[in-house]
Amino acid sequence: MNLHEYQAKALFAEYGIQVPAYGVVRKPEEVDEVVARLGGDRWVVKAQAHTGGRGKAGGVRIADDVESVRAMATAMLGMRLVTYQTDARGKPVNEVLIESPCDIDRELYLGMVIDRATRRVVIMASQEGGVDIEQVAAQSPEKILRATLHPLVGLQPFQCRDLAFGLGLQGDQIKQFGRILDGLARAFAAEDLGLVEINPLVVTQGGELLVLDAKVNIDDNALYRHPRTRELRDLRQEDPREVEASEWDLSYIALDGNIGCMVNGAGLAMATMDLIKLVGGSPANFLDVGGTATRERVAEAFKIILADSNVKGVLVNIFGGIVRCDIIAEGIIGAVEEVHINVPVVVRLEGTNADIGRELLRKSGLKIIAAEDLTGAAQKIVSIVEETT
Amino acid sequence: MSILIDKTTRVICQGFTGKQGTFHSEQAIAYGTNMVGGVTPGKGGQTHLGLPVFDTVKQAVAGAGAEATVIYVPAPFCKDAVLEAIDAGLRLVVCITEGIPTLDMLEVKYVADEAGVRLIGPNCPGIITPGQCKIGIMPGYIHMPGKVGIVSRSGTLTYEAVKQTTDLGMGQSTCIGIGGDPIPGSSFVDCLKLFNEDPATEAILMVGEIGGTAEEEAAEFIRSHVEKPVVAYIAGVTAPKGKRMGHAGAIIAGGKGTAAEKFAALEAAGVATTRSPAEMGVRLREVLSTLDHQHGDVVV
Repeated sequence: MNLHEYQAKALFAEYGIQVPAYGVVRKPEEVDEVVARLGGDRWVVKAQAHTGGRGKAGGVRIADDVESVRAMATAMLGMRLVTYQTDARGKPVNEVLIESPCDIDRELYLGMVIDRATRRVVIMASQEGGVDIEQVAAQSPEKILRATLHPLVGLQPFQCRDLAFGLGLQGDQIKQFGRILDGLARAFAAEDLGLVEINPLVVTQGGELLVLDAKVNIDDNALYRHPRTRELRDLRQEDPREVEASEWDLSYIALDGNIGCMVNGAGLAMATMDLIKLVGGSPANFLDVGGTATRERVAEAFKIILADSNVKGVLVNIFGGIVRCDIIAEGIIGAVEEVHINVPVVVRLEGTNADIGRELLRKSGLKIIAAEDLTGAAQKIVSIVEETT
Repeated sequence: MSILIDKTTRVICQGFTGKQGTFHSEQAIAYGTNMVGGVTPGKGGQTHLGLPVFDTVKQAVAGAGAEATVIYVPAPFCKDAVLEAIDAGLRLVVCITEGIPTLDMLEVKYVADEAGVRLIGPNCPGIITPGQCKIGIMPGYIHMPGKVGIVSRSGTLTYEAVKQTTDLGMGQSTCIGIGGDPIPGSSFVDCLKLFNEDPATEAILMVGEIGGTAEEEAAEFIRSHVEKPVVAYIAGVTAPKGKRMGHAGAIIAGGKGTAAEKFAALEAAGVATTRSPAEMGVRLREVLSTLDHQHGDVVV
């Protein structure tokens, strides 16, 4: 689960990390109050959406008077922000953050993430903060400094000093940097974070360290023990079909092809998509119906797949495992009857009683084509869809 | 021979009297697994499925000589369950449960490594030595004793690989599902090492997925250490680029993680790959028959 910048900054503040003074508006009428509270004569106006690259996309602007702040906030609220990290539809903007600007001397990068390869939490820092950090990492990896947290002892002061000197920080900045890292490390462990990124972490002309932008991801598996964080989830930032699927414990991701896929297991679902592509078709989605392909779940899965008007055929690929295929076949038949499907459906069943399952599908009188093997199933649906389009 | 488990392995189940624990323990017993009991705190002294129930894992070790455990307890309690199993001195811990917080696994993995305990999973189908011992949720009947070691990050895709090698008559020495979580108890490299040393394993089938760098690490290990033929398939060529925020994930992965990069790394290490999930078994048979011919030439 991702946090908005304003949510991340509030979280940081709780852990003693210094962020610029800010306010959040959801309506243009709220601008005056926030501007009056912040004071000053310039303000940064930032669209809140779950994506990077907001600055280049016009989602971060600077205003010199209240009218401009109001105009910018009005324009941003309700818009869909399209950046290089989003799709063409972009992400909706329902909140705008207004904050006091600062005079930037240097822009640093600070990230914290779980490194799968070392199975440790790793802090990454660089003098080359700003938008092109991935390029820096690819071209000059030595410019990304790292500190690995030991599971037993966690972040140590020497690691903070190591990174601080590496970043060219001096005097009190080293202490400030230590406080930021300490806060991040505590937040990471206590809140079950998966990723934190501060880009940029700025050194102001007055020599202060300030968190200018903040991205935070929280481990979905740990949300059960963070009821307060769960409330921060913004479903509007997510694909509505994916949200609907998740309510049924189905995992769905929309793609741009025309062959819908329903598969049990994420790995087999990806493999099925790959196979469709390999035999010349184009998958419309990833959908994992999970271990128990019951009639209700299969019916919901069909509804979600068919809500995509590009879908011209559906391939169902179920490896029954311990669940008997005749039961799965009955579930599929029931679902197809219930959902009124008017595109061809190819079903490949494998596992216990697969023969009986296939026989049930054949005798159902429905537009279901039972396939024997995986390649054959993929070829069948691809050729049928080709004929009909 | 096989790796990690055989017909003598004394297995217990944590979460024994729960729905999952009961169902899969019944299946394991029917398969011939040497189940010696189970653990459900508060139900010690009872009998379940004809086997003794213990309150703690330590009691199961003392009372039933348990060596290996399979864990079906809900995700919030898995860290505790694995740590209890490690503390009790079991040598093999198989955790089936999915949805365990990553930071829990980070700590658990550290403790398991310190103790020298082999942890498999979480979020995995388990491990099976066909005809001898089944620890996990995989359907036993698709397996056949044989010569292929299978290691996979997936669940049902593993069954696909297993069935193909069974249908082609090659069978399996041992199959391990290492699970798809960011921090798995055992990696591809851990399993490749064991298969490479196992006399019963003549070839290795590796089934990977996009994300992380485990397949790239496996490729590096195969290049320098594995003498047996390895066939690999990676799922996710058509998967969309993950939705992401920021850059830290991409930086830490260092330009690795896509299916194309994983295929390339494996091929560069001399691994025979296939782009079709339906042809893992066929590819393996090709590789083995080529080897047989080569061996034949040497003899002639």
